[in-house]
Amino acid sequence: MPSWAPDAGRLAVVTRGLTKRFGRLLAVDHLDLEVRRGELYGFLGPNGAGKSTTLRMLCGILEPSEGDGHVLGIDLRRHPERVKSSIGYMSQRFSLYDDLTVEENLTFYARVYMVPRAGRAARLQQMLRLGDLVGRERQLAGQLSGGYRQRLALTCALVHGPEMVFLDEPTAGVDPVSRRTFWALVRRLADQGTTILITTHYMDEAELCDTLGFIYQGRLIAHGPPARIKAEAFARPVLELQAPDPRLAAEALAEWDAVEEVVRAGARVRVIGARQDLDAAALTAYLRAHGVAAEWVTAVEPTVEDLFVSFVDRERKARVREQLQALGAPPA
Amino acid sequence: MGSRLHGIIAKEFIQLGRDRLALTLMLFVPVVMLFIFGWAINTDVKHVPTVVLEQSGSVEAQQLLEALENSQYFDLRYRVRSQREMTRMIDDGTAKVGVVIPPDYARQLARRRARVQVIVDASDPQVATSAMNTATALAAARSLAVLAQTSGGTVVRDEAPPLDFRVRAWYNPDLVSAIFIVPGLIGALLMQTTVSVMAIAIVRERERGTLEALVVSPIRRWELLLGKIIPNLLVAYGQMTMALLVAHFVFDVPVRGSLPLLYGLSAVFMWGTLGIGIFVSAASRTVPQAMQLSFMTFLPSIYLSGLLFPIEGMPRGAQYLAAVIPLTYYLRIVRGIVLKGIGFEYLWPHVLPLLVFGAVVFTLSVLRFRKQLD
Repeated sequence: MPSWAPDAGRLAVVTRGLTKRFGRLLAVDHLDLEVRRGELYGFLGPNGAGKSTTLRMLCGILEPSEGDGHVLGIDLRRHPERVKSSIGYMSQRFSLYDDLTVEENLTFYARVYMVPRAGRAARLQQMLRLGDLVGRERQLAGQLSGGYRQRLALTCALVHGPEMVFLDEPTAGVDPVSRRTFWALVRRLADQGTTILITTHYMDEAELCDTLGFIYQGRLIAHGPPARIKAEAFARPVLELQAPDPRLAAEALAEWDAVEEVVRAGARVRVIGARQDLDAAALTAYLRAHGVAAEWVTAVEPTVEDLFVSFVDRERKARVREQLQALGAPPA
Repeated sequence: MGSRLHGIIAKEFIQLGRDRLALTLMLFVPVVMLFIFGWAINTDVKHVPTVVLEQSGSVEAQQLLEALENSQYFDLRYRVRSQREMTRMIDDGTAKVGVVIPPDYARQLARRRARVQVIVDASDPQVATSAMNTATALAAARSLAVLAQTSGGTVVRDEAPPLDFRVRAWYNPDLVSAIFIVPGLIGALLMQTTVSVMAIAIVRERERGTLEALVVSPIRRWELLLGKIIPNLLVAYGQMTMALLVAHFVFDVPVRGSLPLLYGLSAVFMWGTLGIGIFVSAASRTVPQAMQLSFMTFLPSIYLSGLLFPIEGMPRGAQYLAAVIPLTYYLRIVRGIVLKGIGFEYLWPHVLPLLVFGAVVFTLSVLRFRKQLD
């Protein structure tokens, strides 16, 4: 018996000391996670941080090595099968059968998730409307464009009316317009009461979440509403400049104590200030004083990457940047 | 539970129906194979182009050549005057067989020491075996005829030499290929379907990421497996039925034993081969890998099971291998039921190894499958 009573009425996900070891590797390290019912929770972290291992434990397909967790009030350890049938899951690979039609895909998942035969037809119609797929019922999933495929995958995950859905990088590799449509749909679902745990690399997307959680080396290193996270954890200016010799500019800036971190990305240099008062004018002046030319300098919004890096120990920063960039997160 | 299993099976059939090419191939490959083996091959063995170097000019030689011609195995198309010409015709493939009759053939025959040389192009083993068998049989028949003539005291002019075709009748060329191939064809088809089609059906799900969605879904492992196995078995039985129908109605292959017994024991065979298929799926990441790997399991089965070569003639090591190959036993079962019409009382020694193989391999493969989904 767990020594704590999960507040299942208010919380959709509660974990206490949730841990997963693979041999000697500690993939998830005593994670305490709380997701409120009906909220849109953004789960962020580089590959290997324990993000997908956590998701798999929460979905009931991976047994925790230690600790406890409840999803929708169901004990993960004792009733993983019940967790599976109560939640929806959509992966970045969309998991559709290309050689089945839109309707056949939905029917298949409806059967797998035991949607009662009586209400099935009405439920499918509802899903088609939700995913804006009406009129495409007989089209093969393989012939749909990215945005439609993405919405079909989401409706397949929702076909049994789960109270909670896990979306694992659902917008990876989808065009910006479709991403926006998709997020509007996700936001609407959350507003209607579905609890959503979503992973993403895009800042604009992260800002649409009610709560963000940052995971690194198996631990939750920061969490809270996006605005608070930004204000508290990232009270530093971020600037970007373009220079004919970006390497020279980066080297000069790295010497300056007003600068916390310098990141080169092609012809551009990204600068994270160590002081509140660092602005474009000061930076331009500094560069000119050191005889380095800059085409332009401008203040920019911090990215998820910037937020993330600021939570991590200084000596690990470079490595984390590399990992995040390897994931293909846009530099700005 | 019923709904989930139903969902998987219904989905498999829709996918099967949508892949028209694969479906057509699966059902018509057995028919095409039968036609190839039933017709093409044995017509080739008859009417082998033959070159003759006749040096004796005797009536006896003429009789021998007539006998060769009448057998229908040899077409005496070419007459040459020298050994060199003959060699050239066999070398360039104009003729597959050369017959050399020595100048003193009649005298040799009188002394009962006639030597006729038959040269066979053995680069085509099928033709070679057939030609050599026929020549040997004819030679034996001629010898008997000559013996009868000389020992009888009276000189009998033998217009139609009593050629004894019983030797060839064992090979019954019009039926031999179709009959011979049916058991092997059924075995090979069932293996192909339960190993490679089964493995591909699972690996394709993994490749496309749909397996991930199924693992997260409330579907049970056994429901997933059974949902894949049932359509697969139906396809396999469909192919087998197709092969039997064509064999029986087009090629007059007799089905002497009990069909229910054949279908039932086939399930025992497929129990083990489905296990191999699941193993292959667990070991492969991509569909091409699964195809290669299942091909690797076919090769020893085809070569060592007694399908092509008799096991008795294999080296000891190969015989041990043959003993652990399920197709070896299944072939004996199919031959026993279809060609010999024997019942379970004779077949059980072959069923037992299949049961053991199925129990071991299937169980291990299901465990492996479960483990790999975690």
